[in-house]
Amino acid sequence: MSIVELAEQEAEARGATIDAVYLQLGPLSGVVKEALLGSYEMACAGTVLEGSRLVIEDMPIVARCTKCQAEQTLPSMQSFLCPECGTPMTELVHGKELHVTALEIRDAEVKA
Amino acid sequence: MSTEPARTGSASAEPAVSPTRIVEVRKNVLKENDRLARDLRARFHDAGVFVVSLVSSPGSGKTAFLEKTLTMMAKNSRVAALVGDLATDNDAARLARAQVPVKQITTGTLCHLEAAMVDRALADWNLRDLDFLFIENVGNLVCPSSYDLGEDLRLVLLSVTEGEDKPLKYPTIFHTADVAMITKMDLAEAVEFDGAAADSNIDRVRPGIKILRVSSKNGSGMEAWLEFLNAARSAQLGARTA
Repeated sequence: MSIVELAEQEAEARGATIDAVYLQLGPLSGVVKEALLGSYEMACAGTVLEGSRLVIEDMPIVARCTKCQAEQTLPSMQSFLCPECGTPMTELVHGKELHVTALEIRDAEVKA
Repeated sequence: MSTEPARTGSASAEPAVSPTRIVEVRKNVLKENDRLARDLRARFHDAGVFVVSLVSSPGSGKTAFLEKTLTMMAKNSRVAALVGDLATDNDAARLARAQVPVKQITTGTLCHLEAAMVDRALADWNLRDLDFLFIENVGNLVCPSSYDLGEDLRLVLLSVTEGEDKPLKYPTIFHTADVAMITKMDLAEAVEFDGAAADSNIDRVRPGIKILRVSSKNGSGMEAWLEFLNAARSAQLGARTA
């Protein structure tokens, strides 16, 4: 799993251990939150991430309306029409995220 | 835990366990399948083959439509097809009647094709011998939407017998498609298919998508589809050499 790989690389580069991985997840990412949470522990087993937490931030679907010249949050993926004016929206701003945004790390013990 | 507001000056010993801190990373996670699909796409482009994947629910007429497409295209283009199903090679046998290279991918219990399966199936084919490659996915409107196969164009099929609101029930597959094809148009009248409603629902979940109509049985709409495909391939080859 790439989330584990990515975090492992960061941990190695910083010489730190990881307590938590923060992830943004959009409804259009193709990844189901429950499935991801369910498989996280298994994927982390035997890596530096073993025992770490996965903290998921659910992202809304946000698209830009060319008529309103504004970003609008869409209530569902069943309608890509501007909630304000009904214009079809093709410019997606948020919703496809599968981004690791931050890591909660613990620096390796410093010898006094 | 100590509650002292700040540690000033004194040579306090290092805590046995260092405190945690948050570091920003901001990295896009590339799913393993996406990585493979990206490689496949690059290989397809190098070889000059235009790749079309077909997704739909089971029984919407993918195989009949593909058989017709292959048969008509074989006269002027070098075409081949991969076809995915959980079991049997019935579809490959049907498509082979078009006298073009066809390979069946049986997925066992898996409900969709993945880039790795496409990669394996292509192992003994020379992509440079092809102008078009068609990949018929497993009949399923859910899982295939999440798996990029490296295709240039994803075609979603909706038959007139399925109900005009299917795009609203399965928005992601329509949202990830590039072109929508309404099939079995010869039955439209018999099932009182509301074409305007279907178009409007497709457009809601994927604004601006091109919508075509076809009957694989009587051939109506086939010419328009083939013209569209040839134009799409030419545009892409032109873009590559430009």
